[in-house]
Amino acid sequence: MGKGKIGQLWQFLFGDSARAFGTLSVALVLLLAVVPVKHHFREWAQYQSRYLRLIRQRGDAATLQRRFQSGLQQTWLPEIGVVDRCTTCHVAMKEASLADVSTQPFRPHPPIPHSLTEFGCVMCHRGQGAATNVEEAHSSTKAWEQPILPARYIESACGQCHQNALTGTPQLNAGRKLLARYGCVGCHTLKTPEGVQVAPTDEPPPLTHIAEKTTREWMYAWLKNPQAYSVSATMPDFKLSDGDARDIATFLIEQSTPSGATLAKAPAAGEAQEGASVYGEAFCASCHAVQNAAGMMVGGDIGPDLTRVGSKLRAEWLDGWLRNPKGYAAHTAMPRYRFTDKQLGLLEGFLMEKTDSDLLANVHLDAATKEQAAHGRMLVNERGCASCHEISGVNRPDNFAPDLTLVGSRSLAKLVFAPGAAHTLPDYLAAKIRQPRAFGNQLKMPQYSFASAQVYELVTALLAQTERAQTLPTELRQPAQTVSNYQPAGKAGKLIDDMQCFSCHAINGRGGDMAPDLTWEGSAVDRQWLVSFLKNPNTLRPALIRRMPKFNLTDAETTTLADYILTAYQTPAFDADSMDAKNFTPQDREHGKQLFYSRYACQACHIVDPQNDKGYIGPTLTHVGARLTPAWIFHYLKNPQAMRPGTIEPNQHLSDEDARGLTAFLVAQKEAKK
Amino acid sequence: MRRVYGLALMLVFVGGCGKKAPTAEKVEPKAFGAALVEISGDKQLAVTGAPVDQPLVVQVNDAQNAPVAGALVSFHVSGGATVEPAVGLTGSDGQLSVSVALGGVAGRYQIVATTRDKTGNAIELRSEEIALGYQQNLGRQLNDRYCSRCHDSESTAERVSNHDNLKAPPHAFTDGSFLNNMSDTELANIITHGGPAYNKSAEMPPYGGTLRKSEIDALIAFIRAVADPPYRTKGLVYAKN
Repeated sequence: MGKGKIGQLWQFLFGDSARAFGTLSVALVLLLAVVPVKHHFREWAQYQSRYLRLIRQRGDAATLQRRFQSGLQQTWLPEIGVVDRCTTCHVAMKEASLADVSTQPFRPHPPIPHSLTEFGCVMCHRGQGAATNVEEAHSSTKAWEQPILPARYIESACGQCHQNALTGTPQLNAGRKLLARYGCVGCHTLKTPEGVQVAPTDEPPPLTHIAEKTTREWMYAWLKNPQAYSVSATMPDFKLSDGDARDIATFLIEQSTPSGATLAKAPAAGEAQEGASVYGEAFCASCHAVQNAAGMMVGGDIGPDLTRVGSKLRAEWLDGWLRNPKGYAAHTAMPRYRFTDKQLGLLEGFLMEKTDSDLLANVHLDAATKEQAAHGRMLVNERGCASCHEISGVNRPDNFAPDLTLVGSRSLAKLVFAPGAAHTLPDYLAAKIRQPRAFGNQLKMPQYSFASAQVYELVTALLAQTERAQTLPTELRQPAQTVSNYQPAGKAGKLIDDMQCFSCHAINGRGGDMAPDLTWEGSAVDRQWLVSFLKNPNTLRPALIRRMPKFNLTDAETTTLADYILTAYQTPAFDADSMDAKNFTPQDREHGKQLFYSRYACQACHIVDPQNDKGYIGPTLTHVGARLTPAWIFHYLKNPQAMRPGTIEPNQHLSDEDARGLTAFLVAQKEAKK
Repeated sequence: MRRVYGLALMLVFVGGCGKKAPTAEKVEPKAFGAALVEISGDKQLAVTGAPVDQPLVVQVNDAQNAPVAGALVSFHVSGGATVEPAVGLTGSDGQLSVSVALGGVAGRYQIVATTRDKTGNAIELRSEEIALGYQQNLGRQLNDRYCSRCHDSESTAERVSNHDNLKAPPHAFTDGSFLNNMSDTELANIITHGGPAYNKSAEMPPYGGTLRKSEIDALIAFIRAVADPPYRTKGLVYAKN
């Protein structure tokens, strides 16, 4: 049937030379039209004409029109490997006057600290920069796996260059802290672009003498569910079977060797109330938390939670520990208090009362056997316990878990997704952190109990670990602040170690930020005040819960420490004796008082007169003249951040005259007004 | 020829399928209320694209203000934000709790909750969550460090507010009825040069020597982002999502 029709059509189109010429001409014209038609219907050309229609009605249409560049646009930055054509459609990236436009792709870029032309788009947002249609640029395709990064993880982009903590990237900073704090870097290799393995910031206790500290039963209960003992436990849940937990506990008790610490039970003394007051006076709560009746954790998180500590510890171990913590664990952050025997008895009684009868009520273990211990040893090796803990006869495993250095660029093709999970890298990482065992029962990664926000923080930090970060030109790299290994010398150095001053105070770049930086404390404080403060630290900031503990130093120790602080921690900026309080006249003081109360309203944050002043953001200044040297007060007022980096005291650019007046007023504050 | 048509038809079919929204299980209301009220979770802050911390909780009440269990509430939000679940029945306490994730653009996301009364009339409740972009979020961090101790009158155990200790009580940054009347330049001036620059109390110290200009801009962006009533730039709005 077809033959006849096709014959007719052939006749119609090419029957004679004129028909053939006409047909071919039409075909040629159509062929030539393909290009302009395709051009007209290109996605980006459509967007550009829509943009022109949008700006036509605006007040600044002429300016916008002049700045608009039609055609394909490209940012090419060979040194960082960026080829971006995003601005072909996102035409108004730099037009701040279009801030009210909410239609994409015409929204201007919100303000950020970097120039868009200098860094391009994909450096932060990912996606396929060279693509010129919406689908290819934004989504994951076969040719390009990395789709646009969801906005919630955008801070990861900053982390490619910035290894240091930035104020503007709280989520990234928190994620990095979690990676170092929760043992992730114990098992996983995680290197900065400088090639340095990220150091853990927690202190997993050594298990080499564990039998002195606790029982096999407690270890079993802990291994089964660390969070049942302490809601804030760092240790994750390894999902151990009853038998496996028992065998590991048996092995750990068996491998334990004597620590050499003297073990004796301090004589029980006094009432529980007295024990509580020793706990309070020593400010144990600055580092340790206890869960109160309402379930809230009260106290610091430097040391472990003590809510159920009585169910865990052997009383003899606690006594030895409180007398000399380093005798049991050489690297512990626990300070060596100089408690008297009576105080020890009270404190130990108080702590050992903190029990939870439910914790060990149902723990009935079979007697320990050789087989259990052997199986326990095998499990300890298999689960990588020695990645974090020191264990006798078990070496720290190398490359125990996958290397995370380049995890932010990991190819999706190499990932095994849990059934039903979204196929993107951030979703994969989040799922893996939330429920590692959903990817297979045999996997070793333990179950953490991170809150949802913490999972996002961790994923943000991991997404910063890209190949791009490793190959950046040196001038773009912002390495993390190097951790100083400053170690004070001599007897004072030993004392500073003993009291773990670095847990809270920083000196010369080493140490915590809970308490003031002491790098230049020698220039700041008066000797007499320092000696009495070290003996009996009364707080300068009544609104704080966490305070300097009382270490019960001897007179000799106090003198050693005060001498060292006053000589070693002097600022080169000025001479502490360069200003003498005797030179201030009553007129100076009166002028200073006016400045303090009227011109600068210092009483908004500080208290000089406890009857009338109420501000308590800054330290109380009732005794400031007895505490600080005049030269320090003067220079601190002139430029607070230069003296104590990071202080929130505003730099008011005081004239020398005003600073001198205020100094005169403040040095006169030596005793509390009645 | 026929094969080509078949292929084209198949393509259309597949394409059509792909675009169809997944059919959610239809939820039927078991009861009807007369009013819809917000219990908690309004006006929370989160970074763009992130979920807000606390769930949004709404309650359906009857004409006597007693909670209604089993009433159907549906949520609608635009701009790439999501509500999970978008449709649900109130529990025995008359409440429905949903989690909200914000869209990728900084600004306010209005969530419209709807329930129907016996006669089928829609009752609406509007709540708002605020997404912070880079600049606003930087401002938020600086606010926590430098400003909130005085400007936020709420105290926590870890952080006692200094608000009530001041002679001239500072304005909360959410106080849009006052702060919206100040221009960006005026705000920048008072932060840079202190209260006296604006004929205000010296209890507000100058931060120009401590904060960079970009940081002061970030603080202003944060103040604008949390203002209640909302801060609106002068001039017409030309385009909307």
